[in-house]
Amino acid sequence: MSEADGEPPLLVVEGLTKAYPGVLANDHVSFSVAHGEVHALLGENGAGKSTLVKMIYGLVRPDEGRMMLEGRPYAPHRPSDARRAGVAMVFQHFSLFEALNVAENIALGMEDPPPQGELSARIREVSVAYGLPLDPERIVGELSAGERQRVEIIRCLLQNPKLLIMDEPTSVLTPQEVEILFRTLRKLSAEGTAILYISHKLEEVIDLCENATILRHGKVVATCNPREHSARELAELMVGEILTPPHRERAELGDVVLEVRGLSLQATSHFGTSLKDICFSLRAGEVLGIGGVAGNGQDELLAALSGERPTAADTIRLNGQEIGALGPNERRALGLLAAPEERLGHAAAPDMSLTENALLTGAVRERLVRRGLIDWPRSRAFAKRITEVFDVRTPGTEVPARALSGGNLQKFVIGREVLQRPEVLVVNQPTWGVDASAAAAIRQAILDLAEGGAGVIVISQDLDELMEISDTFAALNEGRLSAPRPARGLSVEEIGLMLGGVHGAKVEEGADAGA
Amino acid sequence: MLVLEKRKVPSRFWARATPLLAVILTMLAGGALFALLGKDPVEAVRTIFWDPLFSEFAFYYRSQILVKAWPLILIAVGLSLGFRAGIWNIGAEGQYIMGAILGGAVGLAFYPAEGWYIFPLMILAGALGGLLWAMVPAILRTKFGTNEILVSLMLVYVAENILSSVSFGILKNPQGFGFPGSRNLNDYAASANMDLIEGTGLHWGGAAALLAVMLAWGLLTRHILGYRIRLSGEAPRAARFGGVDPDRLVLICLGVSGALAGLAGLFEVTGPAGQLSPDFNVGYGFTAIIVAFLGRLHPLGILLAGLLLGLTEVGGGIAQQNLGLPSASIKAFQGMLLFFLLAMDVFTDYRLRFRREEAI
Amino acid sequence: MDYSAIDPALLLATLMISATPILLAAIGELVVEKAGVLNLGVEGMMITGAICGFAIAVESGNPFLGLIAAALAGAALSLVFAFLTQILLSNQVATGLALTLFGLGLSSLIGKPYAGIKPPASPRLDIPLLSDIPVLGPILFRHDPMVYVSLALVAAVWFFLKYTRAGLILRAVGENHDAAHALGYKVVRIRFLAIMFGGACAGLGGAYLSLIRVPQWTEGMTAGAGWIALALVVFASWRPWRVLLGAYLFGGITVLQLNLQAAGLAIPVEYLSMSPYIVTILVLVYISARKGRGNLDAPASLGRTFHATH
Repeated sequence: MSEADGEPPLLVVEGLTKAYPGVLANDHVSFSVAHGEVHALLGENGAGKSTLVKMIYGLVRPDEGRMMLEGRPYAPHRPSDARRAGVAMVFQHFSLFEALNVAENIALGMEDPPPQGELSARIREVSVAYGLPLDPERIVGELSAGERQRVEIIRCLLQNPKLLIMDEPTSVLTPQEVEILFRTLRKLSAEGTAILYISHKLEEVIDLCENATILRHGKVVATCNPREHSARELAELMVGEILTPPHRERAELGDVVLEVRGLSLQATSHFGTSLKDICFSLRAGEVLGIGGVAGNGQDELLAALSGERPTAADTIRLNGQEIGALGPNERRALGLLAAPEERLGHAAAPDMSLTENALLTGAVRERLVRRGLIDWPRSRAFAKRITEVFDVRTPGTEVPARALSGGNLQKFVIGREVLQRPEVLVVNQPTWGVDASAAAAIRQAILDLAEGGAGVIVISQDLDELMEISDTFAALNEGRLSAPRPARGLSVEEIGLMLGGVHGAKVEEGADAGA
Repeated sequence: MLVLEKRKVPSRFWARATPLLAVILTMLAGGALFALLGKDPVEAVRTIFWDPLFSEFAFYYRSQILVKAWPLILIAVGLSLGFRAGIWNIGAEGQYIMGAILGGAVGLAFYPAEGWYIFPLMILAGALGGLLWAMVPAILRTKFGTNEILVSLMLVYVAENILSSVSFGILKNPQGFGFPGSRNLNDYAASANMDLIEGTGLHWGGAAALLAVMLAWGLLTRHILGYRIRLSGEAPRAARFGGVDPDRLVLICLGVSGALAGLAGLFEVTGPAGQLSPDFNVGYGFTAIIVAFLGRLHPLGILLAGLLLGLTEVGGGIAQQNLGLPSASIKAFQGMLLFFLLAMDVFTDYRLRFRREEAI
Repeated sequence: MDYSAIDPALLLATLMISATPILLAAIGELVVEKAGVLNLGVEGMMITGAICGFAIAVESGNPFLGLIAAALAGAALSLVFAFLTQILLSNQVATGLALTLFGLGLSSLIGKPYAGIKPPASPRLDIPLLSDIPVLGPILFRHDPMVYVSLALVAAVWFFLKYTRAGLILRAVGENHDAAHALGYKVVRIRFLAIMFGGACAGLGGAYLSLIRVPQWTEGMTAGAGWIALALVVFASWRPWRVLLGAYLFGGITVLQLNLQAAGLAIPVEYLSMSPYIVTILVLVYISARKGRGNLDAPASLGRTFHATH
């Protein structure tokens, strides 16, 4: 926009290389960003985007290559160097302190913050000016994901950055909140702030960015104007292969297998979300997609369904039987299985072998334990079967779970449940942080399971994924579940409203008041 | 710059080598400490590690090593279960005392009757005493979420006061000429914990310790409860997902470790110690913490570690007599051993790498 | 029984003295825990401080030098803990226990020749004018300087944590070390400093015990004071002024039971001596029961190992 001919680019990256044991995260990456430009960094998970921006932000030092900022050599040793030079960053996983308030959080991200009172006033001022209302006195742990992102953004804006790096900023936002964010970013760009926008979402990049650098396996494969290309072309550049969408025979739905009525659950921690009066029913062969922005009760819903947090007996019925008060293993015996979001530490024990992790949920249905004694050969065979059927790349079944890549471990976790032939399977974020081919395999496995007559609940923040595989769709918002609707024919606006609920309207008002 | 890099797979070699290395480093550092105290370091280390096994009086010392090792092993096996599950019972000393008091009291209640059933009843009472004492932190943790580390530790001081109270009070030997302390249980045939094979130091406590090692080994490798204990320690959320009830596990782990500590106390008071007296306890409950870690929380490792620490206890005693080393120096020595072990542990999960300097 | 021997004013005055060792240790541990580190070695550092302070005071004849030495000894010992837990990433619970066991052994080793010796007397600091106020004067203003130092320390820690940027950073590190690292703060360095401060305070607390309160050296003389200091931090919900409150409450119980023992109350001595420990347990239960399971006030990273991957 504001790039005048002859003016040197704001940031020039030349031949940046960074190796980690076993991987070349960045291999001679070069690109440049002009003043006021919105520049996209596109790539699949693991393409090296995060490493690249960490080098620009001074968190990681490159092995080779150099950078120039405003025509001067730029080699930040630490984030404070970067901030002093005018580079700011909003992280994907927020680097916020839940127990501290907004003003304290912002002060921590600044080099020499003004005194508390003055800082609070400036936070109010800037947040209103950019349509991102925030109360400086509130404790961050009580804020929604969208509001937390505002904290990060305002923390950056207070330093008047020349370059703002945003790492996957929309993954935690509702469509309405995305709109507000984009408005803010365009305003910033018009004022001359350059934005380095990291994403794997093509539509967004086409909508927002003037230039895109596409990374694959740590290398730049293309630099282009995304508006001159179709989403499909960009996708192929990014992935390097042509993806086939999951295949599914639409079968007739069967009887109701799982019925949830009036399920309420108090949050365990202060910053958790309570479930409020959740009602839905799931039929045999149905895939119910549950969308929602992170932190709206997804983990709690999974815990309530898996049996980790038992409730009143009559709130959950499996094939007519009251199971609300039963624990995880009793529910497994009856055919209700689950796969939580967090692979390491929740769905699997990181330091235990795959065999031991197969035993984690397979003990009951696969009869791996008799009279309290573990049948190790049988457990090993089960683990082996999972790795074979689901193409889990591993040297063997005796390696610890953490030695596997995210995609492989996720295939193991999903495979472990699918192979136990559940009547109902609940999965949370089945493809989060997983490479494209593993994600496709996992989605296909879910569809095959439903086709075989099981009911499947997929909780996910990836709307594209949900639209692709769901028969019915419902949204979680602040612990409430909207009434499920047929997924086919839902428009983006409708989904947005379902996701946002009352909460989304508030955001709109706030934004209008601020504008 | 040197950096630590997490290994993909923990090193088996280092997991086994670290205890040995820690022992060697402790000998070196301990030697330095003794040199600072003006003692001949080589002689001191030799006295502690070599003399009990191979000196002139080794025939006596060897059985003493076993006598010291049994309570350590028995207690450490119990502690290791909890430590693996992230349940920190550090009040074994108190449970040991309470086991000795309750078990001893049962025996004294029968005095001077004779009967085969008396000793078994005392064993039961000893286990029960330790179990009940450990149930206090267990129940407080499950009911109220109270920190079990602090509660179990506070209860050691309470138990010591109870011990002192009964030694001066209801359990005092009526024929003891006014001295504090109970009748000698080792002299009372029905309650005496005799060597199973004369002169070897293998008394009933030894049999119990060996049995505990075997049972714990089976539990950890073959039984689902052992799996759940390990799972809870390594990934508490995964454990809950796998159907483990954390409260039940707290009760089981604290209960078992308390009962074993109580047993150790009972075997001690009926055998080597002989009587309940205000200074009957000598810190086995704390030393067992070192034994548990040195043994890698593994039953067989604990067996070896218990023998080693038993050796240092006896060696420390000899060094005290012959070299005039303070009796406490062996405690400093044992603490040092745990330090080195924890320090070396890092190489099991991490490897040391040279890397160009980076912002950390 | 003779209750008339118990003078309430004297009781209150000795309460402050009796509370000072655990107050010092607890305020130090509070800072350590605020930085996200759980150091269970307080007992070991206290007793090491107790003997080092005692030895130096006896050798030099100067109790002030003894106190300095005690703080240095506590800090030096805590450095071992810091190195193990922060550099070698060892488990904090196990390492803290090791520190306590080692400290107990080391102290009796050093202390052998010092048993039964009287240390040089510490001067009392009567605050002019104020100390002449009837009743209140003797209670509040006729103490040795360390009593006032401990109070000043509580105030300083409170101010540091609440109002300074360094305090904010320290709290941030304890709250979320990964985020603090991402913002470029030196997590390990900050924790080293906090741990050493905690060690110095514990050492000072121990020396107060051996040089001023008792004053004598006996093996194992801390008798769980370090553990009680740890309990106090929990009791105080990690707030400095509540540590003061807790320490004085605890000091009150200790002094009262000692006075009751002296007065020859019908309750056996052992039951009186165990009362401080039982009270500590009861207080811990009360605190945890009131808060429910999730402990809101504890720093979120407390006891967790930090390893910067890059």
